[in-house]
Amino acid sequence: MLNGNPTAVNGNGKRCFKLLIVDDSNIMRRRIERLQQFEDLQLVGTAGNGLEALELFKRTDPDVVTMDLTMPRMDGIECIGQLVALKPAVRILVISALADKATAVEAMERGANGFLEKPFTDRQLNEAIADLMR
Amino acid sequence: MLHEQELKTFVEGTTNFFEVTAQQPASIGSPYLMEGSPAVHEYTGVINISGKREGVVYFTASKAMLTVLLMKMQENDFSHETMRDLVGEVANTISGNARRDFGREFVISVPSVLSGEKPQIPQKPGMRSFIIPINWRSHSAKLIVALT
Repeated sequence: MLNGNPTAVNGNGKRCFKLLIVDDSNIMRRRIERLQQFEDLQLVGTAGNGLEALELFKRTDPDVVTMDLTMPRMDGIECIGQLVALKPAVRILVISALADKATAVEAMERGANGFLEKPFTDRQLNEAIADLMR
Repeated sequence: MLHEQELKTFVEGTTNFFEVTAQQPASIGSPYLMEGSPAVHEYTGVINISGKREGVVYFTASKAMLTVLLMKMQENDFSHETMRDLVGEVANTISGNARRDFGREFVISVPSVLSGEKPQIPQKPGMRSFIIPINWRSHSAKLIVALT
């Protein structure tokens, strides 16, 4: 189970975890947003690059982050390190087309908790998020 | 000379995007070779390659094809920016596949996107291009591989 207690309350009054989506593609951000079928996740923001993500992270204090790797201004690998330094308990799912082993290992070493390769089906995305929250 | 396995990596990166994202596989037409810059559709995602090989790989598709692909992805924004975003994502997948299969011998750029009637593809003079038609539903896109 995700470390710590749920930090937000959803529309039904149920306590839930806060989600931040980081991806430079609008299509991908909207696609991940549609996973709002997860009752225990509440979207607190979306960012198009690592720097924007860092600013939003400080303001919204999310529990769960989905993170693209190839982004302008600050890439995902750098951003993961900075987010984990701010909040070691944060759970980070990398969602990237960079599927080589070295990249996945580097992301995990920086503090990511899961890796989902692009392209992905809705089912794969839902399973990866569910795994992350176990 | 381009190796068959290298070509296969680029083709699979492209068809995989359709199969996984749209849940509907794309088929491959007969590849052909041509000199000079091939004609492209309205939207093109480009990756530059250096290292063991030099050149460009690009995926080019029509607005009509991308619109249907977006519908299959349950997207409801069909703006110019979204079309550019989508070909960029296809190129991103091709790039990721290549990095995984070729390792560090190939230096593969972050994809860029071109749009408009006659975008200029950066290609060395005299370089020949492999053109692979990518057929999906009633539409046809092209994967173009121009490497030394």
